[in-house]
Amino acid sequence: MASAASPGLVDFLTRTRGRGRLHWTDWLAYGYLLLGVVSMFGPVVWVVLCSFKSEAQLMEFPPSALPYGQVTVTVAGHPEPLPLFRVRLPDGSVAEMAQLRRIGIQAQMVDPAAPERVIRVDVAAREPVRALSLATENYTTLFERFHFFRYLWNSVFITVTATLVMLLVNSMAAYALAKYDFRGRDLVFVLTIATLLIPPTVVLVPVFLVVSELGLLNSPWGVIWPGAATPTGVFLLRQYMLTLPDELIDAARMDNASEWKIYWRIVLPLAAPALAVLAIFAVMWRWNDFLLPLIVLSRSEQFTLQLALNSFKGEMHTQWGNLLAMTVLTLLPITLVFGFLQRYITSGIATTGIK
Amino acid sequence: MSRLAPLQRLADLVDRPMVALQRRIGQNRFAWVFLLPNLVIFGVFTYLPIALNFVYATTGGLAVLPTERPFVGFENFASLLDCRDYLDPSTCSKDLFWRALFNTGRFVLLQVGFMILFSLITALVLDREIKGRGFFRGVFFYPVLLSPVVVALIWKWILQREGVLNAWIVAFGGEPILWLMDAGWSFFWVVFVSIWAHMGFYTLILLAGLQAIPKDVYEAAEMDAASPWRKLTRITLPLLMPTMLVVVVLALIKGVQTFDEIYVLTGGGPGSATMLIVQYIYETGFAAQPRLYGLAAAASLLLAGLLMVLTLLQLWANRKSYRG
Repeated sequence: MASAASPGLVDFLTRTRGRGRLHWTDWLAYGYLLLGVVSMFGPVVWVVLCSFKSEAQLMEFPPSALPYGQVTVTVAGHPEPLPLFRVRLPDGSVAEMAQLRRIGIQAQMVDPAAPERVIRVDVAAREPVRALSLATENYTTLFERFHFFRYLWNSVFITVTATLVMLLVNSMAAYALAKYDFRGRDLVFVLTIATLLIPPTVVLVPVFLVVSELGLLNSPWGVIWPGAATPTGVFLLRQYMLTLPDELIDAARMDNASEWKIYWRIVLPLAAPALAVLAIFAVMWRWNDFLLPLIVLSRSEQFTLQLALNSFKGEMHTQWGNLLAMTVLTLLPITLVFGFLQRYITSGIATTGIK
Repeated sequence: MSRLAPLQRLADLVDRPMVALQRRIGQNRFAWVFLLPNLVIFGVFTYLPIALNFVYATTGGLAVLPTERPFVGFENFASLLDCRDYLDPSTCSKDLFWRALFNTGRFVLLQVGFMILFSLITALVLDREIKGRGFFRGVFFYPVLLSPVVVALIWKWILQREGVLNAWIVAFGGEPILWLMDAGWSFFWVVFVSIWAHMGFYTLILLAGLQAIPKDVYEAAEMDAASPWRKLTRITLPLLMPTMLVVVVLALIKGVQTFDEIYVLTGGGPGSATMLIVQYIYETGFAAQPRLYGLAAAASLLLAGLLMVLTLLQLWANRKSYRG
């Protein structure tokens, strides 16, 4: 496998614009793209790295690039592991010693090899021995101190339910608009597409009223229903269903299949590619949704991850550690979706122009 | 199919009443059954709110229910538009509204201008015969998928007083800067972060536009020994113009509605230096006490008017790009 692939790979890596070597504009292009990689991924990578730093290390200035932790050793006669320091001894030599305790500016140190002899040194004469280590406490305390799983569940519930409802509602409407011939069809289509002109931010106040009158304030359904019908979804699915052959539907009708059965058993499975594209978008829209949840969900037990992150940015002034961990966990699902479906998403957007 | 079996059975359960319904209303009118849920949701959550928006904008008081609100005519609009000098927000009775309006204008001009410029450069680079084009295309697109809250928190962490940016400044012998406490700098970063988060989307569309330019035009130009610069300015850019127009108007429409990332990054601050129009509506109608729904609705109708103009511009641009 590897040997079969390697000529192709070498060819791929050394391919140029046909002149045999890289033109200076090629170097410029690759330089620009490299800069792009650093500036697009850099900030995210930095946050991920920092989320694995201990609270004490997060306070350091200037910050170190990688997460470090102090090395500890187990010394005979002491049940707890002791922190290791590099100590400059009075005679000028340097030794690695474990610290027993610290009293004021004095620290009691022992040599791990000879634990009986306790040496007192000035705290200024020692510095911690550090090694690369991932502090996971930002993540573990997130689960203990905050209702992380509740927010996660709220987000997952809203995202999954809203996506399913949206796919069902939009595909039904799209089928009617694509394959039926009835009076008023064009009017319905225009009314549907016209809602593209009305961005959700403009009708914020009355939507709040409608949601509250329906008794849906502080309920996930108050976020799910207002976004369940989308002009983009109806349009995308209708365009796809127009390409399905009418003969298929006619044949099913000959066999006495009901309209509902035709939609469910024939049209939906055939529209699966378009449904998949729309599902990816719907998941991204809903997972990242902010303004509507912000006005509908005001009780913290109903918060989605986005709302929780927003509310904690004020409360957790000193707890950047937890906030960073939560940020990483929130961007993780989208990053995974992106990693696996990058090709579909980018080509889907390039052809449909939706976001 | 077998994994979908429970779903299938569920739908088959619905089938019997659906068949009965179909017998009553006929095959062709069954289309309305398919349309119904969609129409009801649009009606209740889009068209009804549009009508209600006018009701709110022309009534006053603090009540939520429209029936309990006294009619005030155009008072809300009048107070929003009441200014002695329209170029100086501090002379307006709702000075915050005007500050938000001015900020939005400044933000949109800077953000759209620089974002389209960077998107165009990136698209041009990606249009070359680049190794791993798919990968690089994905790189620029990645931030588009991140939620605005996550984007804002990532940059808040970088820009904070003891953040990595200040660490670099100190390492090069400078003084740390309070990026988000200074009006000028925080406006700069709001524009920067918003470009960072959205440029990948516009890059993709411009790239699709570039790849739609027929190759034989370039071949003809090469026959005539045209310089690369000449090919860019005489072929690529003119032929890209229609796509460009669509992208600019789309970016304008999105830019005017920017809220989430700025709200989390700066909260509109310091003071009201980075407060945009949507945040003004949110603050007036929901965050501030008392909640002035009427004023917020009037402001959102003014915003709707602005967006309507931009959308008409887009439809016009779209038609132009179809004609080529």
